[in-house]
Amino acid sequence: MLTKISRNMEWIEVGTIADIPRLGARVVNTDEGDIAVFRTAADEIFAVRDRCPHKGGPLSQGIVHDRSVTCPLHNWVLGLDDGVAKAPDEGCVKTYPVKIEADTIFLMI
Amino acid sequence: MKQKLVLIGNGMAGVRTLEELLKVDADKYTITVFGAEPYGNYNRILLSPVLAGEKTVNDIMLNDEQWYADNGITLHKGKKVIDIDRRGRKVFASDGTTAEYDRLILATGSNPFIIPVPGSNLHGVVSFRDIHDVDTMLAASREFKNAVVIGGGLLGLEAANGLMRQGMNVSVVHLPPTLMERQLDTEAGRMLQKSLEDRGMKFLMNADTQAILGTDKVTGVRFKDGSEVAADIVVMAVGIRPNIELAKKAGIYCERGIVVDDTMLTYDPRVYAVGECVQHRGQAYGLVAPLFEQARVCANHLAQLGYSRYLGSVTSTKLKVTGIDLFSAGNFIGDDSTENIIMKDVARGVYKKIVLKNNRIQGAVLYGDTVDGAWYFQLLRDNTDISDIRDHLMFGQSHLGDSGHSGKNAAAAMSDAMEVCGCNGVCKGDIVTAITKKGLFTLEDVRAHTKASSSCGSCTGLVEQILASTLGGDYSAAPAATPLCKCTDFTHDEVQKAIQAQKLISIRQTMDYLEWKTPDGCAKCRPALNYYLIAYWPGEARDDPQSRFINERAHANIQKDGTYSVIPRMWGGVTTPAELRAIADVAEKYQVPTVKVTGGQRIDLLGVKKEQLVSVWADLSKAGFVSGHAYGKALRTVKTCVGSEWCRFGTQDSTGLGIRLEEVTWGSWMPHKFKMAVSGCPRNCAEATIKDFGVVCVDSGYELHVGGNGGVKVRATDLLCKVSTEKQAIEYCCAFIQLYREHAHYLERTAPWIERVGLTYVKQQIVDDAQNRARLYERFLHSQQFVQKDPWAERALGGIEAHEFKPLKQVVQDQIV
Repeated sequence: MLTKISRNMEWIEVGTIADIPRLGARVVNTDEGDIAVFRTAADEIFAVRDRCPHKGGPLSQGIVHDRSVTCPLHNWVLGLDDGVAKAPDEGCVKTYPVKIEADTIFLMI
Repeated sequence: MKQKLVLIGNGMAGVRTLEELLKVDADKYTITVFGAEPYGNYNRILLSPVLAGEKTVNDIMLNDEQWYADNGITLHKGKKVIDIDRRGRKVFASDGTTAEYDRLILATGSNPFIIPVPGSNLHGVVSFRDIHDVDTMLAASREFKNAVVIGGGLLGLEAANGLMRQGMNVSVVHLPPTLMERQLDTEAGRMLQKSLEDRGMKFLMNADTQAILGTDKVTGVRFKDGSEVAADIVVMAVGIRPNIELAKKAGIYCERGIVVDDTMLTYDPRVYAVGECVQHRGQAYGLVAPLFEQARVCANHLAQLGYSRYLGSVTSTKLKVTGIDLFSAGNFIGDDSTENIIMKDVARGVYKKIVLKNNRIQGAVLYGDTVDGAWYFQLLRDNTDISDIRDHLMFGQSHLGDSGHSGKNAAAAMSDAMEVCGCNGVCKGDIVTAITKKGLFTLEDVRAHTKASSSCGSCTGLVEQILASTLGGDYSAAPAATPLCKCTDFTHDEVQKAIQAQKLISIRQTMDYLEWKTPDGCAKCRPALNYYLIAYWPGEARDDPQSRFINERAHANIQKDGTYSVIPRMWGGVTTPAELRAIADVAEKYQVPTVKVTGGQRIDLLGVKKEQLVSVWADLSKAGFVSGHAYGKALRTVKTCVGSEWCRFGTQDSTGLGIRLEEVTWGSWMPHKFKMAVSGCPRNCAEATIKDFGVVCVDSGYELHVGGNGGVKVRATDLLCKVSTEKQAIEYCCAFIQLYREHAHYLERTAPWIERVGLTYVKQQIVDDAQNRARLYERFLHSQQFVQKDPWAERALGGIEAHEFKPLKQVVQDQIV
């Protein structure tokens, strides 16, 4: 399904919590690159750019644990809430605001 | 209300205890630290490089004052605690500062032993324990010429080397006939002396110091035999003694050191002690590795977790004199009940001695080439039976050669610019810098910070060696029992045992039962647990896709650009024109960028987008293909040669046997990838002797080979046995796979597994015990019934896991100009 939106940032509906497996992720394709949307064990939803700051690995394909994801390419661990790489690695990935209304997920993009 | 914790002694053991405590419980205590020295916590073991001018004091700071402030710790530096009122729970420093405590840690360290000879209190007589001593020596080296170091042990030689590097004329005085007699045997001690003499150091052996000469300042040293030597500075480095003065004064029970139990508690239940001041089970330790273990245990009890115990340490020794590689561990002298394996090559400057008892390593001395020190040390601590590898034990773990670092195995000879880790492009200089700048102590630390040896692991020995030569005598080897990951203290073995014995059938159950420290594990433990569960409880444990690496979750191999590779199974490497045509059609239809023949006799379609996978599989399924599992910790390929059907040398139907083996074993999940091959004659064209399981056909039957590897570290297989029928070959193969599936650690290939458990064990289980073999075979077939369903067909035609392959949403933004 294609949704057309204007260039201003706004809340975009992307799906429901049930669409994403627990401790898993799904991808939202946008003109500015993919966004990975994660669901934690506690059903929290986070959205970050789907590109590891290390070598561009798709974070959506990593293993999710607690509030972080391990990149599938070289095992960097990134915080989903702040987008910051866990020490000793250094770097960060862009995060997107998320809002949930009646199990529906909206991203600010 | 927070409790009050006071630490006396601002050194490595004490501060490490605080760090460990902050990790497990940051809010329990208000912490106050007293340190006699006017600095933060620094890395005492790097004082030698400071003396040698290779580093500055700033380089070796571990915790600067900001660290104390950031963690809300009150630091009283330069204040020596002189008394403890245990009844009133209060400590008193020499300047009148006091502090109350609920819990107290004594980490008062040790004092240098000053031999009681006339003149030992003269100006110019120093010890080698702290920054102040180093400053004194450096000042002396600028002004004077002659230095005498009393003591030819670890500390003395490091001091002597440092002073020599500062341009002094150094004589080492040693009472015993050879150097470092507590760490080296006579042979290695002599080689060390020779090499230090070549650098210009002088030695006075068998020299018994009678007096230090001089009126107010040192002028020389006189020995019992009447001879004298001139000296402007005398360094006393004959040994250290636990500093127990304060503990004794406070009435805490001491012998040689402050006596503690396995929880690091002294006889006063409010007072803990860690580090060099401690005596545990009759033993005092002066090296860093044991102190850090003690710190971890002490922190565990301070946080009232109450499950950790310190059981003592086996230590190993390294000398940090640049350019000299030297290692010793355990009982390396030997006695009447031990045997030695010795290798000596004076021209190359290499000497190795391994002391054995009942085929188990008791101790080792290595000089010149120490790359295998860590390996021998591991075998020693694990008490491994080495009879299977005895004939090549001396040549080390890598006697067949590793790839990726040009076969270098002597770190000392490497320049800083030379590459150590070929996978991640890490040079020796990067590693040394990280160790010194970031205060790293263990292999794990170095891996985390530099990535060296964190990928294929073939340079692990080299990295450990660099770590050891940088840290010298205080190198902290990995603990004997390594936890599965940071989420638990349990080892692979313990976790495996619990899952089997307690019939744990889910990851949640396992984590709860074993009290996992993190809410849902990490990328290291979850895949391991998932594997153990489905291997032990086939049909009962549910395979958890979210605990699988992406390759196994998506049933395709992720590539560097995020696309995937697709490799259909080609049974025994045999195909047909129709199959090839189907592959060609798929490649064209989906515009697959690269089509490549693999090393395992199959065809690889590279560059497939994730969204395309399902339709690619659908087309392949229609042509009769199933997944090749080329992405999994699973049965991969069975490589074959054409065998008796075509080859004039072929003795058996190797192609047919390969196909039949693949048909029985495909789909099985393993601890790691598993490759097989069948060769039709001993010319071995299918290279069966570097596979996990290989068959070499001979006229009279089938030779079965196990534990080979052609990758990172080439290892030829061991011959398991010879059988006479194909049916037997298949049964033995399945039994071997099942034994490996049940016993190996997750991500352990058959080669290291067999080296760990021994070929003898594998033979006992499979060859000698027919009943056991039959049971293994049966268990393997039982588990196969649950997994021999093609995962591609299930997804392409059955629609399972559909969300995995579709984007959640496509958002197109309007490009209004």
